[in-house]
Amino acid sequence: MTSISAPDLQVEGRILPDGIGAGKQRELVTHQQIHGPLDLAVSSADVIAAVAAAGLTGRGGAGFPMARKLTAVAAGSEPVVVANGAEGEPASSKDRVLLSYAPHLVLDGLQLACRATGATRAYVYVHEGPLVALLESLVAARRTAGVDAVTATVVAAPARFVSGQESAVVSALNGGRALPLAVPPSVYVKGVGRAPTLVQNVETLAHLALIGRHGASWFRSVGTEREPGSMLCTLGGAVAAPGVVEVPIGTRLGDVLARAGGSPGPLSAVLVGGYHGTWLPAGQAMDLSLSVEGLGPVGASPGAGVVVALSAQACGLSETARAVTYLAEQSARQCGPCLNGLPAMARTLTQLAGRERSRGLPERVLELAALVEGRGACHHPDGTVRLVRSALSVFAAEVATHQAGVCTATDDRPVLPVHPWRAGGAS
Amino acid sequence: MTYTMSVDWIACDGRGLCAELLPERIAVDEWGFPLVGSEPMQADLLGHAQKAVAACPKLALRLTESAAG
Repeated sequence: MTSISAPDLQVEGRILPDGIGAGKQRELVTHQQIHGPLDLAVSSADVIAAVAAAGLTGRGGAGFPMARKLTAVAAGSEPVVVANGAEGEPASSKDRVLLSYAPHLVLDGLQLACRATGATRAYVYVHEGPLVALLESLVAARRTAGVDAVTATVVAAPARFVSGQESAVVSALNGGRALPLAVPPSVYVKGVGRAPTLVQNVETLAHLALIGRHGASWFRSVGTEREPGSMLCTLGGAVAAPGVVEVPIGTRLGDVLARAGGSPGPLSAVLVGGYHGTWLPAGQAMDLSLSVEGLGPVGASPGAGVVVALSAQACGLSETARAVTYLAEQSARQCGPCLNGLPAMARTLTQLAGRERSRGLPERVLELAALVEGRGACHHPDGTVRLVRSALSVFAAEVATHQAGVCTATDDRPVLPVHPWRAGGAS
Repeated sequence: MTYTMSVDWIACDGRGLCAELLPERIAVDEWGFPLVGSEPMQADLLGHAQKAVAACPKLALRLTESAAG
């Protein structure tokens, strides 16, 4: 069993083409040879129309239609555009990998987003570490080559779970702490320097750069009718080759995991959508498609593309308790129910996973879940509740055995990574 | 016109004044933070609700108009 590490790459697709070694696409000339020139002499309306026709949605987890965001921000005066690469989720590496392997696609997309919105200020927001220096050097190279209309400013984000949340990004760029703010107003209306602000995940911008080159029909030639295009996934847990892959949206989950070489042994469950996501029984998960439409009926969603396979020999309750302990530590500690409720939920889950014979532990977890749900400024408590409820449901048999003092797991090595990723990957 | 209560969770400190002023609609959780519910405010409690909003020392309680209903 292994946790996810960025160097284990299996890339193949549109934004992370196969057979291109690390670093090659960091050269602007190589990038241009691979992808061809990008025409920035396009109107705002043309970019927005192409994005709408392509059906591109945000790849940061929320899946919001990009054309609607572009339209809203373009309507304001002197807007700002932010490329958000601050993925806080330890189980996700896709933004870091994208920025390490194909950064110019992201920077191209940022330019198109500036065209679409009329922005004259642009930021690239990434976790502190080597990516900051890499992107600064690339922005400088593009400036020398004269390819950009707007010179982006690279800003470092602290490596914590919530620092990539949209209002936290705006707070950080305004010189504040990278913590979520109370909404409304939405950042589309009042964001960086009080200007309307487009915060867009870096992968979404990379897709935009390709739509700018190849058009909406090309984009829609993979994926599903309702959810066109491809997406990056970080595959981990009990798979032969953990890493980042690019798959068409709607790919069967079993086929997605096969891209990581499949699983060495039987699985009990699959975590889909990351730590704000959902455990699904392995038998049910394999035939579901990785899309909002495919996962919605079972209460799950692709999120930012994290898929973790759990071996039948591992303990799903211990894994969930560890993840929830991490999520509780990562609370911004701004909202009372989250600040109090998440640690209480983590402690109770840890007792349960530790086969403590106290009565009513699962009931207490559900009671706490109901108390924190919907009672925070951001999605952190709700996402954590989603993970916890799915664990109690999918691991219901283990809940019963643990209460009787028995854990049937035979492999107690940790599966879900709980430390913020080290800001490597750009070396 | 109906009114719905909400809480600015970042501002709220759990002082509990709102629950004292409007016990008909606001309970507190085990940590002292308000449970306001999402149901529209009854017309006969609107005045008390407005007083609770005004009394919050952190200006964290909100009464928002919604056109529906």
